[in-house]
Amino acid sequence: MTSTQPAGALCADHMRYVLRIADGSLILGQRLGEWCGHGPVLEEDIALTNVALDLIGQARLLLTHAGRLEDRGRDEDALAFLRDESEFLNPTLVELPNGDFAQSCLRTLFYAGWQQALWTPLLQSRDAELAAIAEKSRKETRYHCEHLSEWVVRLGDGTDESHARMQSALNYLYPYVTELFVPDEIDGAAVAAGIGPAVDTLRAAWDAALLPVLAEATLELPGATPFRSTGRQGRHSEFMGFLLAEMQSLARAHPGATW
Amino acid sequence: MNNRNEWPLWEVFVRSRNGLDHKHAGSVHAPDATLALQMARDVYTRRQEGVSIWVVPSDQITASDPGDKAAFFDPMEDKVYRHPTFYELPEEVNHM
Repeated sequence: MTSTQPAGALCADHMRYVLRIADGSLILGQRLGEWCGHGPVLEEDIALTNVALDLIGQARLLLTHAGRLEDRGRDEDALAFLRDESEFLNPTLVELPNGDFAQSCLRTLFYAGWQQALWTPLLQSRDAELAAIAEKSRKETRYHCEHLSEWVVRLGDGTDESHARMQSALNYLYPYVTELFVPDEIDGAAVAAGIGPAVDTLRAAWDAALLPVLAEATLELPGATPFRSTGRQGRHSEFMGFLLAEMQSLARAHPGATW
Repeated sequence: MNNRNEWPLWEVFVRSRNGLDHKHAGSVHAPDATLALQMARDVYTRRQEGVSIWVVPSDQITASDPGDKAAFFDPMEDKVYRHPTFYELPEEVNHM
């Protein structure tokens, strides 16, 4: 613990703020990892795996940091593999099934766009560790945005079949985007402590980066719906349990194993 | 490309450090130049192998015919005088 850290409840909020960012990277990394060996072509198989590994690398740093903030002896492995579903604070968007290649690309772009919007203000964080992680991650995220944008445009503005698939991915995923920008008391505490931005302030940067891509891809935004997902509150979709079962089974079957 | 279902092939050249030459690293399939660069980045520089990448459509490379190898290259075999080491330098010429 460093002397700059707030105590008590503030520290718990701080930890949860970091944990949300960590869990987003971890769960999306796990989902993208499912593509390993199943990519549409060898080159893209490697590209998606690279993105997954970047995300898991971010998650390791962020989980380690969250564990230190919590100060109850939980390391990255304990946080990744020994928490139960309701303790995960990732937005629902990243836990949804991969679907087809179009859906996987668009989902990854949506989340990468959110990360990109987040890393910039995090560079000014009073949490120096978090600022350093943001600095390292934003180069990775910038490439993820570029690579996935290329696919979204090519498939959206491609054949009838690829356009229909990308549009249907957009219709499915877009309602889950809302949650990325709904702030709560954890965001409020982070703003007050100078740790990071509230998520509603990220929407403008996200729109500015992604709406032109969707337009170039000749996709139409679906209308607004009252639906709001709640993964960041620990209330997840029916898909999360299966994801965690697969991700955690090895570590839980062999406690303390190293490899 | 004759087969419309196949993406064209691109040859990948990677420069490992500033000041060095781009060297042929391999090839990738990609639908266009932008993605060919990204594919090359992901396939051939994931272990920090490079600081610069070129991609060239493979069908734009004109290659010598292996069948011409004898006519193309064998005549150089006995032209030892084309190597600087063939010549004895006078003592006065230092550090050549």
